[in-house]
Amino acid sequence: MAGKTINPTRMELTRLKGRLKTAVRGHKLLKDKRDEMMKQFLDIVRRNRILRKKVEEGLQRANGAIAVASAVMGPEILEQALLYPKAGVELDVSFRNIMSVNVPSYDFRTTGGDGSEIYPYGFAQTSGELDAALEALNSVFRDMLELAEVEKSMQLLAQEIEKTRRRVNALEYVMIPETQRNIRYISMKLDENERGNTTRLMKVKDMVLQDAHNFK
Amino acid sequence: MYKIAVIGDRDSVLGFKALGLDVFFVETDDAARATLHRLVQEDYAIIYLTEQLSTPLRAEIAKYKDFAVPAIILIPGKTGSLGLAEAALQSAVERAVGADIS
Repeated sequence: MAGKTINPTRMELTRLKGRLKTAVRGHKLLKDKRDEMMKQFLDIVRRNRILRKKVEEGLQRANGAIAVASAVMGPEILEQALLYPKAGVELDVSFRNIMSVNVPSYDFRTTGGDGSEIYPYGFAQTSGELDAALEALNSVFRDMLELAEVEKSMQLLAQEIEKTRRRVNALEYVMIPETQRNIRYISMKLDENERGNTTRLMKVKDMVLQDAHNFK
Repeated sequence: MYKIAVIGDRDSVLGFKALGLDVFFVETDDAARATLHRLVQEDYAIIYLTEQLSTPLRAEIAKYKDFAVPAIILIPGKTGSLGLAEAALQSAVERAVGADIS
């Protein structure tokens, strides 16, 4: 009876039986939750892989283009051209619920400028390569936002799955077997008491009969 | 209203400035750490960090992993991908599944 002693009483038995029922039900529910989360998680991981690849390729292209632009224009002018952005970006974060995990969902808005114009500089001093670089960056940016969303969701889900998995295991391998063992112990003890009682009664009956009839 | 930050060395992240993101140039690990801590306190929902800077900041990144905001996302710097993001993904899968499946 691992560790603590339990009272072999009928009340305790009833209590433990109720508890076992709850534990089994909880175990089933948590297991279902875990399986569903796992399914979602693997979907997200798959999406993350694809996006990550896209973003890395896009950024590589953009970085290459910027390097070229920097070489053509000189780094000082490049910096000057980029330092004062025309547009700002604001981000709305809302939360979506996946199996009781709140995952963020991003929605961005550009402020200032009409959004179609991404170049914060005049075209006089800059080269076409820079335009290409910004174009590439701009197109990869949407994917980057989605990547952020997916990756954060993945991390949060992973944490929740880990927690649920531990709970399922604790119920399955500790809580439920222990309760079953305790129930068995109590019912055996009660049966044993019952048998002890019966034999005692039989013995008493024998003694009473002997007294009454004076059998030798 | 949330904002987006990019932390990295000058050459890697200069371009993001033009897109209107808040760009923070850092060259040393300590500066990166200080900047990251500061940005987490402010209204930044997404912080992009170059992989090159992420190695010394591993503990910090792990700390913020379980918060819904901010999301710290690794991006490749100018030298290209180091595969750290892929490793992070792998470790998340491991954490969820409880075993290394690959």
